[in-house]
Amino acid sequence: MDYSISLRLIAPEILLSVSGLVLLLVAAWGGQKTGRLVSILSAAALFGAGLMLFPTLHLGVVGPDTFAFGDQFRADAFAAFAKALIYLAGIGCLMVAPTYFDRLKAMKPEYPVLLLFAVLGMSIMVSASDFLTLYIGLELNSLAAYVLAAFLRNDTRSAESGLKYFVLGALASGILLYGMSLLYGFTGTTSFEGVRVALSGEMSTGMLFGLIFVLAGLAFKISAVPFHMWTPDVYEGAPTPVTTFFATAPKVAAIALTARVALDAFGTQVDAWRQVVIFAALASILVGALGAIGQQNLKRLLAYSSINNVGFILIGLAAGTVGGVGAMLVYLAIYVAMSLGSFVALLMLRDENGDALATFADISGLSAKRPALAWCLLALMFSLAGIPPLLGFFGKFVVFQAGVEADMVALAAFGIAASVIGAFYYIKFVKVMFFDDASERSVADSTTAHWVLLVVTTAIVSPLGYLVTPSLGDLTDKAASALFLLP
Amino acid sequence: MIQTIAFYLFAVLVIASAVMVIMARNPVHSVLWLILAFFNAAGLMVLVGAEFIAMLLVVVYVGAVAVLFLFVVMMLDIDFAELRAGFVRNFPLGIAIALVLLAELVLGIGAYQAGNLDLGTPAGDAAPMLGESNIENLGALLYGKYLFLFETAGIILLVAMVGAIVLTHRPPKTQRGHQHIGKQNARRPEDATVMKQPEVGKGVEL
Repeated sequence: MDYSISLRLIAPEILLSVSGLVLLLVAAWGGQKTGRLVSILSAAALFGAGLMLFPTLHLGVVGPDTFAFGDQFRADAFAAFAKALIYLAGIGCLMVAPTYFDRLKAMKPEYPVLLLFAVLGMSIMVSASDFLTLYIGLELNSLAAYVLAAFLRNDTRSAESGLKYFVLGALASGILLYGMSLLYGFTGTTSFEGVRVALSGEMSTGMLFGLIFVLAGLAFKISAVPFHMWTPDVYEGAPTPVTTFFATAPKVAAIALTARVALDAFGTQVDAWRQVVIFAALASILVGALGAIGQQNLKRLLAYSSINNVGFILIGLAAGTVGGVGAMLVYLAIYVAMSLGSFVALLMLRDENGDALATFADISGLSAKRPALAWCLLALMFSLAGIPPLLGFFGKFVVFQAGVEADMVALAAFGIAASVIGAFYYIKFVKVMFFDDASERSVADSTTAHWVLLVVTTAIVSPLGYLVTPSLGDLTDKAASALFLLP
Repeated sequence: MIQTIAFYLFAVLVIASAVMVIMARNPVHSVLWLILAFFNAAGLMVLVGAEFIAMLLVVVYVGAVAVLFLFVVMMLDIDFAELRAGFVRNFPLGIAIALVLLAELVLGIGAYQAGNLDLGTPAGDAAPMLGESNIENLGALLYGKYLFLFETAGIILLVAMVGAIVLTHRPPKTQRGHQHIGKQNARRPEDATVMKQPEVGKGVEL
């Protein structure tokens, strides 16, 4: 095994881990006041790591040239696309955090460092081509995420959400490990390639159990129904910048990982996992749409919205074709923009005392007080609902198209019907902001960083986004083909 | 011959000290008996040629876990007499758990007797043994084939440590009425006192 080639392939991960370690030292010697500096440097490190992905992404490099450390790690175009999304989301989350934590006098330099390590874990997850790599990346991401959820340790709800996330996440890790150990026992290998070969032909009950347990563990991480129960509680309790992070980057990583496991490791048993994914997709769409209807809290509402979106993303995976995975990646990219934008808007909704406007009653009549913010939210909500001509519609369109092309017309029709249910609460959001009587609470000014992010994400989901869809589609096609190399 | 004698010596001592763990009246003694049991189990591992596991037993279990036990037992004021008082009350539950464990044993042995599970067969193309001993082979694997995962696992431990510190460390706060000797000694008369020459009949302006 030639280490120099392997080390070159994991260059972005090396950059991230080295900068994480150095920034930890900066934090240790510089003390609490370095929070902002470490945030900026972390964002720079993420940006640098993102630049390293460019050649792989642009040329669509796939195949054995991308295998590092004897096929434990694959730096192919698929991983590069997911990593680019993850790094961008990470930079966005670093931009919004210092203002929020400074107000609560809780900004610590460990926040960006932990976020950097969480991103490193996700980066390893999306490149995993061995169950050991998968687990180690997942655990690195999860451990950092548990701490981030409980970061405001003096706030009981933040501590509660951290604990809840930790206990349920440990349970999911246990399920995943159990499935992996069954697969290892029945196939004799942990590499995706080996499992794929061993699973071809008739599948034994033990293998099937292993496959189901692995999928259940991964479904927990992407918060697909019926493993979604933690999502609203954790999203509501965690500090809002952390929720922004949870709703974007880890979702991308876990979904990309699920796609790779399903199509690579279980690629010879598509029929076995397809029904599981179809069920999870349908149930997520339905529960995400119905569960959100009664919610008054905006963060909980967006949590259900993310469950709902995961359902649509899984339709692309269920198709199990190059087109389906490409559509899934397109939807994922659009989802990250919409989700980032809407959570940043939630962060901007604060009154003069710095208290969050957390419910529908608080934001009623927002358009009279802050028209720019209200219009941006309108675009984001309509996009989440999938109303043309916003980009959210395009995401849903390509996913349904892939479903129809894979002869899953019923699934696509159900998805379209359920997205109409989901549109109810997105439109309610807009109705409350524009047509209800103004609430008494004022809305404070926001910082430039928030505005920049909000405007950029709104511009992406606006019809302007269609300018980039051809090149986005080109990239996702190259990325998706990385998963379909072998017969 | 010596091996047989050593085996019986270690085996008898493991069982005897394990019995003493639950029989000892003093919980600190229990933990000390447990340490003895670990040492003898390590001896058994050496006998079967698993010297790495023997070392792990001593380093991890004796060095870390048992010492932690000792700390907990000595620092927490647990009234063990009171815990034992519940023995009669919890007796049926204990019996039930014992029966479940017995049933599991019987089932497990029955399943084992019934024949092998249809497990996957190793490909047989595994790398040849690299070194003489288990330790050398494990080391060669961990620092060779699985280097990437091993290093990443190190980062996971670092994140766990940072997380524990972030969530529990509070900046040291000086308590009310705390004496700063350095500050007291550094205080000079000219910082604290003012010399004034008030004119007759007038007050002092400060």
